Amino acid sequence: MNYSGFKIFWEGLTGNKGWKKAWREPDPKKEYDVIIIGGGGHGLSTAYYLSNRFNVNNVAVLEKGWLGSGNIGKNTTIIRSNYLLPENQPFYELSLKLWENLENDTNYNSMVSQRGVLNLFHSDSQRDAFVRRGNAMILSGADANLLNENELKEMCPYLDFENARFPIKGALLQKRGGTVRHDAVAWGYARGADIKGVDIIQNCEVGGFIIKKGKCIGVETNKGIIKAKKIASCVAGSSSKLMSKAGIRLPIESHVLQAFVSEGLKPVLDNVITFGAGHFYVSQSDKGGLVFGGDIDGYNSYAQRGNLPVVEDVCEGGMAIMPMIGRARLLRMWGGDNGYVNGWFTVY
Amino acid sequence: MIIQHPDLGPRDSSEFVYKGDAALLFRPKRTENNDQKIFHDYLYLRNNPAGKHCELWYHEYGDRSWLVVTRDTTTHEILKVEHVTDYIKSCKAK
Ligand SMILES: Cc1cc2nc3c(=O)[nH]c(=O)nc-3n(C[C@H](O)[C@H](O)[C@H](O)COP(=O)(O)OP(=O)(O)OC[C@H]3O[C@@H](n4cnc5c(N)ncnc54)[C@H](O)[C@@H]3O)c2cc1C
Repeated sequence: MNYSGFKIFWEGLTGNKGWKKAWREPDPKKEYDVIIIGGGGHGLSTAYYLSNRFNVNNVAVLEKGWLGSGNIGKNTTIIRSNYLLPENQPFYELSLKLWENLENDTNYNSMVSQRGVLNLFHSDSQRDAFVRRGNAMILSGADANLLNENELKEMCPYLDFENARFPIKGALLQKRGGTVRHDAVAWGYARGADIKGVDIIQNCEVGGFIIKKGKCIGVETNKGIIKAKKIASCVAGSSSKLMSKAGIRLPIESHVLQAFVSEGLKPVLDNVITFGAGHFYVSQSDKGGLVFGGDIDGYNSYAQRGNLPVVEDVCEGGMAIMPMIGRARLLRMWGGDNGYVNGWFTVY
Repeated sequence: MIIQHPDLGPRDSSEFVYKGDAALLFRPKRTENNDQKIFHDYLYLRNNPAGKHCELWYHEYGDRSWLVVTRDTTTHEILKVEHVTDYIKSCKAK
């Protein structure tokens, strides 16, 4: 079933009786060409591109909970390719190009909103660093604009430019960056993969691997043994736990990252804004809530919730650049388990 | 999280800096045929368990002691707190 404006109009006139489920709920087959463990952003996009770009359709995605119950449904929804290093920037830029075309690609409204990502800078040396970063972005084919204080004031007059400790001197802007409705990403990919025959199996937890002569030929699940020629693990913060079942130790620690949403406010914040002198990033959702986050809590955790010191730290970061949010109340907060390579480089 | 410091009593975790798996205390010895793999594994690989985890917490904003905290990573419950020296002694005794 194709989604379109006409379809919505037609269904509106005929009592919305024609909508079908967006994906099937099949029982697992005995064997697949490829098994993907984890129905999050990476697992579902892998299934989607395998089936839609590379014609590999005999694929199963095994998810222990429900689709998008991991980090893909918990993040602060920011998309961007404003990195520096030649090793990672092309990767993020390719991703941003995929995001830009995601809705056409999947025929699913994932609310991709290229509202611009502003990285604030607070000193001369930081301006220099951001000029360098902007140039690296442009060299990789991405877009970057450097805004001086006055240009930034026109866009975001409410920022605390005169802050005594961290005055705001300008920003690096990536106009193509923005936000996207996180769980619609999971749903869009799931539907697109399902249409091509990928089996998406929820409530199916992988508890072990079947390894014969050094080769992995299948997985043990609570729905029985499922065999496959190739197996991919996309389980984010649970990677160490899962791979230990195959006797593999990883260079990863699991950490909790928290996210926060304020009560709904009238439209006030058009872009994504990040603080350059501390860890704080914020955007406003279409429902009006300020969606923001900051640092990881910083100790190993599988608890999927964080502690109060980081809540305080993140809110202080927000107050340092936009004191106007001081009266907004926090509505919800939660945490997701990410995998970090030792030395704090995220792999999620 | 409140850490029961062996000398100072209950202290807020934000007074501490987290330094990772206590296994890092047991650095492999350098030998003639210095095995790269041993050092690679020591430096990079982690057990990263879901459950009981012995870890280093440095009391930076306190008495600057190094503690080993045994904590459940699935609940954040703290099961034991001891000085690094005592922890090493008890490991060696085992
Ligand atoms: C609070 C927070 C904010 C973030 N903000 C941003 C942001 O603004 N922008 C951005 O780009 N990224 C952000 N991220 C990161 C982003 O969300 C992740 O990179 C992405 O969601 C990871 O996708 P994934 O598929 O690897 O993991 P997940 O979406 O977590 O999926 C892993 C899945 O594996 C399943 N699983 C685990 N173990 C098993 C098993 N044994 N068997 C079967 N299934 C299993 C889990 O249930 C889960 O559904 C944020 C993350 C967090 C936590």
